[in-house]
Amino acid sequence: MKFFNLIYSLFFRSNFFPIVFILTVIGIFWYLIAIPMNTEKVERKFKNLNSTEKIIQSWNLEKPKLPTPHQIVKEIVNTVFFKKISSKRSLVYHGWITLEATLAGFFLGTVLGILLALGIVHNKAMDLSLMPWVIASQTVPILAIAPMIIVVMNSVGVTGLLPKAIISMYLSFFPVVVGMVKGLRSPDQIQIDQMRTWSASSNQLLWKLRFPSSVPYLFASLKVGIAASLVGAIVGELPSGAIAGLGARMLAGTYYGQTIMIWSALFAAAFLAAFLVITINFIQNYTLKKMAILT
Amino acid sequence: MNLYLWLFFGIWIIGWWLNSILSKKYNSNLIRFFVPTFFGIIFLMMWELIVLGLNINPVLLPAPTAIGSKFIEEIPTLWIDFTQTLIKGALSGYILGCGSAFIIAILIDKFDFLKRGLLPLGNFVSALPIVGMAPIFVMWFGFDWESKCAVVVVMVFFPMLVNTVQGLSIIDKSRQDLMKTYSASYLQTLFKLRLPSALPFVFNGLKICSTLALIGAIVAEFFGSPIKGMGFRISSEVGRFALDMVWAEIFVAALAGCLFYGFIALMEKQFTFWHPSQQK
Repeated sequence: MKFFNLIYSLFFRSNFFPIVFILTVIGIFWYLIAIPMNTEKVERKFKNLNSTEKIIQSWNLEKPKLPTPHQIVKEIVNTVFFKKISSKRSLVYHGWITLEATLAGFFLGTVLGILLALGIVHNKAMDLSLMPWVIASQTVPILAIAPMIIVVMNSVGVTGLLPKAIISMYLSFFPVVVGMVKGLRSPDQIQIDQMRTWSASSNQLLWKLRFPSSVPYLFASLKVGIAASLVGAIVGELPSGAIAGLGARMLAGTYYGQTIMIWSALFAAAFLAAFLVITINFIQNYTLKKMAILT
Repeated sequence: MNLYLWLFFGIWIIGWWLNSILSKKYNSNLIRFFVPTFFGIIFLMMWELIVLGLNINPVLLPAPTAIGSKFIEEIPTLWIDFTQTLIKGALSGYILGCGSAFIIAILIDKFDFLKRGLLPLGNFVSALPIVGMAPIFVMWFGFDWESKCAVVVVMVFFPMLVNTVQGLSIIDKSRQDLMKTYSASYLQTLFKLRLPSALPFVFNGLKICSTLALIGAIVAEFFGSPIKGMGFRISSEVGRFALDMVWAEIFVAALAGCLFYGFIALMEKQFTFWHPSQQK
């Protein structure tokens, strides 16, 4: 009976079945669209094929215009499990390099963002002078600065992880500031007055009221921030000229027309993003439950 | 310590002092406008002075005046890049992407099944590094603006879709019942009640997408472009260490981003004047 209930809720109550349905539709559409997109190459490569053979060939080309999902999965499995991790052909190696920069930048950005938010909430001059600029900077395509930061830091002699981490920091920093300012200001006036009647110092007000009530806001910004960090790290790998990392992998794929390589790097980036967001979600649920905000 | 550095610290302290006094004493709209503007001006002056004072190589960090003069000098080039990247690439993609997402959101809103499948997927896709699609689109659609437009369409599609669907699924039962008592048809209810009440979400989506569109169009040019466009100019001038030109391009991008965002915010004020967030 329990099993039946589980199946029932999977199919009709939860989003499981609709998501699977839509993914299936996308998959079928993908295979169908791959046929016309790749026929040109198939016809150039093979002569005298009947239509069934043409279709099968169009799904298994070496450098297709649109690789099919099974080709991408094969490439990912191949480069993740069957290459040495230290090898430059291993996707784990490239993924790790991107992940390192992402996490370093994310950490720096979060710390800096929280500090700035504390300053803004506690100091009215900082609030009035900085907050409009922080908000305005959200409308600016900050990512355009990425190549400049990389090249300038390279010319000073700073290479490798740090320049990419700085771009990631830059991107994850703003969501954290905006979210934390909102969160630190979220306690009601009544609650603040209550703290005052207990003659709480402003330090106690911060640690016992403002900070705890900002935690849900913090996690919401962290999720936005880590996704932005990953994008920053990937874009940061472009100007250095395709050395290592998922972004470099994409660029190398563009240079050599290796479409399957681009797509596998793209999927790897997507998995990485999903993994990071889900991890933060998990920490969020755990923390909020411990804090009895989420029941 | 030379004169410039003394001036640097002097202006820093004076600016800090003035702003803290201003923000403590008064609280009017004028101050709210003046304090950040003053901060911006002080910041630019400090930037100029530190570049002069420490003799920073313009290859690393050009002074604001150098950037300003470069900007005025290069207005024709900047204009060509602006039309290539922002008008042809970003704006066309923005209109196409947001428009199609809006229409599809209205269509799938009728089917709860599709909505339950698409919403989580859409939220997931919004967190993905979609910019990575850029090299693929450059391969498919060529180096010119069509590929940038395609990147922008894909980037803005899901945030817009998710926001519109969320806006449409806010149902005020009493208002819907009222429409029913008027015997309003589906289309009438849609146009007179549901779309207007979804507008705050739609505008939120449009705002998020405006930044995404700029980023998509510029970053896509890093993967290949004709010899014009902001992304192309940024990457090629960085290679020549002409950082004043890069900063001028970034200034154009920032200005365009702010103006476009401001335009959408203004439209929002016009169309959603009834929403609590717009009332003072």
